[in-house]
This record gives sequence, structure tokens and C-alpha cells, in this order.
Amino acid sequence: MNAREQILRALREAAPEPEPLPELPFRGQQFDDLPARFAAALPEVGGRCVRLASRADLEKALAAVPEYASARRVASLVPGVGRANVDLAAVADPHDLRDVDYCVLPGVLGVAESGAVWVTDHGGKNRAVAFLTQHLGLVLEASALVSNLHQAYQRIYLSPLSPLSPLSPLSPLSPLSWPGGPGFSLFLSGPSKTADIEQALVIGAHGARSCTVFLIGR
Amino acid sequence: MSDLPASGLAPAHDHAARAAAFVADDARLHWHDKAVYFVREKRDRATSMVPEWEELRSLGSRIKAHALSRLADYLEQFEKNALAAGAQVHWARDADEHNRIVHGLLAERGVKLLVKSKSMLTEECHLNPYLIERGIEVVDTDLGERIVQFRGEPPSHIVMPAIHLKKEEIGELFHEKLGTPAGLSDPTALAEAARGHLREKFLSAQAGLTGVNFAIAETGGLVVCTNEGNADLGTALPPIHIACMGVEKIIPRAQDLGVFLRLLARSATGQPITTYTSHFHGPRPGAELHIVIVDHGRSKILARPEYRGALKCIRCAACMNTCPVYRRSGGHSYGVTVPGPIGAVLAPHIDPVKHAALPFASTLCGSCSDVCPVRIDLHGQLLSWRGELARKGLVPLGKRAAAGISGFVFARTWAYRFLGKLMRMVLPKLPRALIYNRLNPWGRQRELPPLPQQSFRELWQARKAAQTRAARKL
Repeated sequence: MNAREQILRALREAAPEPEPLPELPFRGQQFDDLPARFAAALPEVGGRCVRLASRADLEKALAAVPEYASARRVASLVPGVGRANVDLAAVADPHDLRDVDYCVLPGVLGVAESGAVWVTDHGGKNRAVAFLTQHLGLVLEASALVSNLHQAYQRIYLSPLSPLSPLSPLSPLSPLSWPGGPGFSLFLSGPSKTADIEQALVIGAHGARSCTVFLIGR
Repeated sequence: MSDLPASGLAPAHDHAARAAAFVADDARLHWHDKAVYFVREKRDRATSMVPEWEELRSLGSRIKAHALSRLADYLEQFEKNALAAGAQVHWARDADEHNRIVHGLLAERGVKLLVKSKSMLTEECHLNPYLIERGIEVVDTDLGERIVQFRGEPPSHIVMPAIHLKKEEIGELFHEKLGTPAGLSDPTALAEAARGHLREKFLSAQAGLTGVNFAIAETGGLVVCTNEGNADLGTALPPIHIACMGVEKIIPRAQDLGVFLRLLARSATGQPITTYTSHFHGPRPGAELHIVIVDHGRSKILARPEYRGALKCIRCAACMNTCPVYRRSGGHSYGVTVPGPIGAVLAPHIDPVKHAALPFASTLCGSCSDVCPVRIDLHGQLLSWRGELARKGLVPLGKRAAAGISGFVFARTWAYRFLGKLMRMVLPKLPRALIYNRLNPWGRQRELPPLPQQSFRELWQARKAAQTRAARKL
């Protein structure tokens, strides 16, 4: 008997009586003013939130961020970022992204409770840019905010196998890399950090040293 | 302490002796106690912000109980979906098979440098020495893990591997290993030095290995949580990602993540969510994803009704941070990969003889069970182990004798009353040497409280008699 069969058999023999699976979603704590709660949660995880009335204000708001203003190499998957000079689609080897100073990515959905933003790699092979960049900017629509993770998982799909994959009308998603799903996606909550040396919080462990979320709309 | 080997280090299984070495430095002991409890307090603040916290814990516990009752079905579903997403799946019965699979994957591709993010499973399997012996450079990239790797030590905590070290010691270590200026101990500067050093490793590695926090049966995806972003850097650059998971990491649905992710980081560090909560479905375009599913004793734990709840563990370490014994004896005193209360209930499954002391490294205060985000009955399991180890004859004579005498006395009212009276009369008159000696390890660092004149029972009876008299007078 091979390892797979042997493990599965041992687990079946050891299994207890079936236990019921609790029904989800769970509602959890709701927030009335989602943008205000999100903007307050971000500094708690080391991030910054800049609120903008419309997308037209993005370039000006970016220019006011010192890390963007001083960046030499800028990558962006958000249209209209004036200083972008790295063509991600043309990069064959992700290692070539090692010296990106600033990267602007679209956020798909935001969680007001924790300041987390759902980011997908758009099916591309250069997701490394989100982790190699020295500083990160995320652009998110205020209308794409939810109170907590329970609501978030009702609105994102992870793969073609997710129950929500046929893009529910609730979903703020566009079929970015469909078919095939995002492949890689993550909740990003503030900049990279560590407290491994005597519990002292240090921002900028391996990934982005700063994370600014530009929240658009009311 | 007579069984100390010549090296001066107590054997791995002798928790008390190893703890004695740790507590010998009193100032350091209190520093460690405070540092760890600080994390417990952060957890308390974070959980108090969530009104539905207790409901979440129950949900987490019930989802895990369900998953454990159908583990084989969910693993098959997970495998099917992971394969459909383009991943390759391997099965390992034990640590050795796991190590052979990982080494095989690396050797076939001529990998010289592997970057790893945190994986307690690979620590449990001793993968690093296995690979290093076979000529592969292995770099742990979590800052705390890199620090203990430089020191040639195992982690002392599963979330904060270097919690036992002071910044000055890390400064000295980095001076030696990374060439930072002598005397540098500022955490920001030290972390910056590590960032530079590890970036080079990320950029030159030919393979990345991660653990798995959650494996989603319905989508075939993996979720990996870090604060540093090391799992993401380690898997976004090299052409192969190996993910190693225990069979118990399975959750049925993506929606279950809403429950577990809200529980995990709050319980671990007091954060609302980890900075990077990454969902992997299949490999990067042009790259490979290999998932190694490992049993290594888990099916045996599942077969034991009184202990199977421990497989619900999501490795947050809240039980360590709150444990009065862990905080005052340090993670290394346990001599196993996972220390603290959860480690003490898992280790005896691996080797009850070697780890017989661990279920006794507890006051049974129950704080671990109170903070556990998936409601594992940790102190109940510790107590079950004590009984089982005693029945197996694995409890030392001193403990057995003490427990036997206490059992006899507590079961007989007359013996209890008589001995209490005797002690109250005799003890205050005895010379110190007769009370504080080798036979009373409890008295090594403690003084007996002054003995009362009367027992509680006598006080109570006197009070009742006085009340009756007063009532009669009225």
C-alpha cells in the first residue's frame, strides 16, 4: 500500500463520529461608517490611509507621498500613475524587479475591521513586485469596503471551484484574469513588519517599508 | 540533577533540570516572564475589541471538529482540486518520508540554496539538518528563525522563535555573522542588516519552502500567514515552491477562513490580521508548486478520543504566552519543537518515555484552555496524560509516592483531620533543617506561610456555635 492510501486508511479508521459543519456566513460586528473605520484601522497596523474624492486626485496625492516623490523606479498596475517607468508586462524575470522603489497596485476589496486589502496578482508572473518594492501604494474604492472577513469571503472568489466564482452580482470584481482565477491573492494589512527582536516593532522587515492606501470616494 | 551529562546540559526529556538552568539567572527569568506576558496582554486587548469573540472560538472549534471527523474525505477533495489548479501533491507517512520527498525534489532540480519561511512541521521533521548533510544550503528567512539558526539552536517559541534572546546578544551574533558594528543593539538597525542579508538570499535561491496555515478542501488552495512577507518573497522568485502541511491543516470551505483568520493573529500577537495572508492556488505561471501532506503520528492522535482535540490547534502560541510554567522556564526547557501546553500534550504521543515529564510542566491552572482560540481542553489533556503515564509506570517514584500519600489522606476524613492537627502542633516547633531539605523541593525557593492556630473546619464550627448561642439569647 502506498503512502497516500495508508494515510487515508489510518485517518478513516481513526475518525470520530461525524460532527456537523456549522453554517456560515457568520455576521459579526458591523460598522456604520466603513471608510472612517478603515482609515482608523490602517495606522494601527502601521499603514497610512489617504482619502480622495475621486480618482482624478490620485496623481496629486501620490506626489505628496515622499517615498513616491523620491522614487527612481516606479511600477504601477493602476492607470494614470505619471511616474511609472517599469513595464511589468515586459519583465521576463521577476528578479529584475529587485530595485523597484515604489509600486502602485489596485486593491479589490477592503476590510474595515483590520485595514486589510485584497490584492490579486492578476494572473501575472510578476507578483514579486508587490514584495520586492521598497514602498507600496494601494488604490481602493470606498464602495469596495466591507465590515469584516466574513463579508469579505462572501465577495471574493479564490478559484474557479469557489462557490462564488461565477462572479456574483455582489462582487466588485472584474474578471481580471479569468478563466483560471487569480492563482495568487492576498490580504495585505499595512507594511512588512517584525517584532522578533525583544518585541520591538520594526517596520520594513522583508517587504514594503511603507504602505499607503488611497481610498477613493465616500 | 544527578543525571546531568558531562556537558552540563540536561537531557532533552528532563524538563525540571533544564528549567533549573533557565531560572538560575533570576533577572533574566523575570525579563522573559514579562516579555512573554506582554504578548498575552496584547492578545487580551485585541480580543476585547471583538464582541463576538467567544462565538468565534466556538465556531472555530466546531469547524475543526467537523473537519477532523471527515479528514480523509477532505484530503481527497483537496488533492483533486489542488491537482486541477496545477499543483503536484505528495504524501508522507512520517518525518523520514517527508524529508526524502523534499530532498528528492530539490536534488532533481540541482537546487543549491533553499529559502524557507516558518514551518513548525519541518522543524518537527528535522528537515534542515537532513538537507544540509546532503549539501543543500538552507536559509530560514523569518527573522527570529534566522537568529536561532545562526546560533545553532531550535526556536524557543513557535511564533517568536528568538523571544529568549536579548537585543545585545542578537547584536553580538550579527556582528559575528553579518559584520554589523560591534555593540550595535538597536532592533531597527539589526532588522535592517538582516533585511539586506536575506534579500540577497531571496534573490539567489533556486527554491522556496513554506509551511501551511490552512488548506482549503473546496478550492485546493493554501493559505500562509506572515508579518514579514518572507513566505511571499521566498515563493515569488524561484521556479519551485514546496509547501509542507500536516494532515490536520484542512478546512472545508474558503468561508471558514473568515473565522480562523479573525482568531489567529489576535490570539498570536494581538494584531487584527497578519500583514501578509497569502492564498496560493496552483503554481506561478512557468513555475512549480509541490504540496507535501504529512501524517507523522497525527492519525494516531486522531484515534485517541481524549486527545484528538489537540489536532484543532492553529499554532497561535496563546497557550504559551499565558502559561506560568512556560514563561518562567523558557521554550528550550521542553526539549521539543512545540513547547508550552500544546507541546506538552503533543510530545508524549511521539515518545511517552522521553517526554514523560512534560505533562507535569503545568500547574493545571487552565489558563491555556481559557485563551485557546479553538477551545482545546489543554489542561484536561495534561491531566489525562498524567494518569496515563502513571499507569504506564513512567512517573518517577518521588511523584508517585507523594501522589499516593496525598490520595490516601484526601480520601479519608479522619486521616486528613488528624494529620492537619498534628502538623499545626508540630511543624512550628521543628528545626528548619528538618523542614527545608532535599526531601522538600517545594521549599527550595519558598517559605511556608505561618501556620494558623485552627483549621477552617474548627473556625467554622466555633462560629456556628457562637451564632447559635447568640440566637438563643435573643
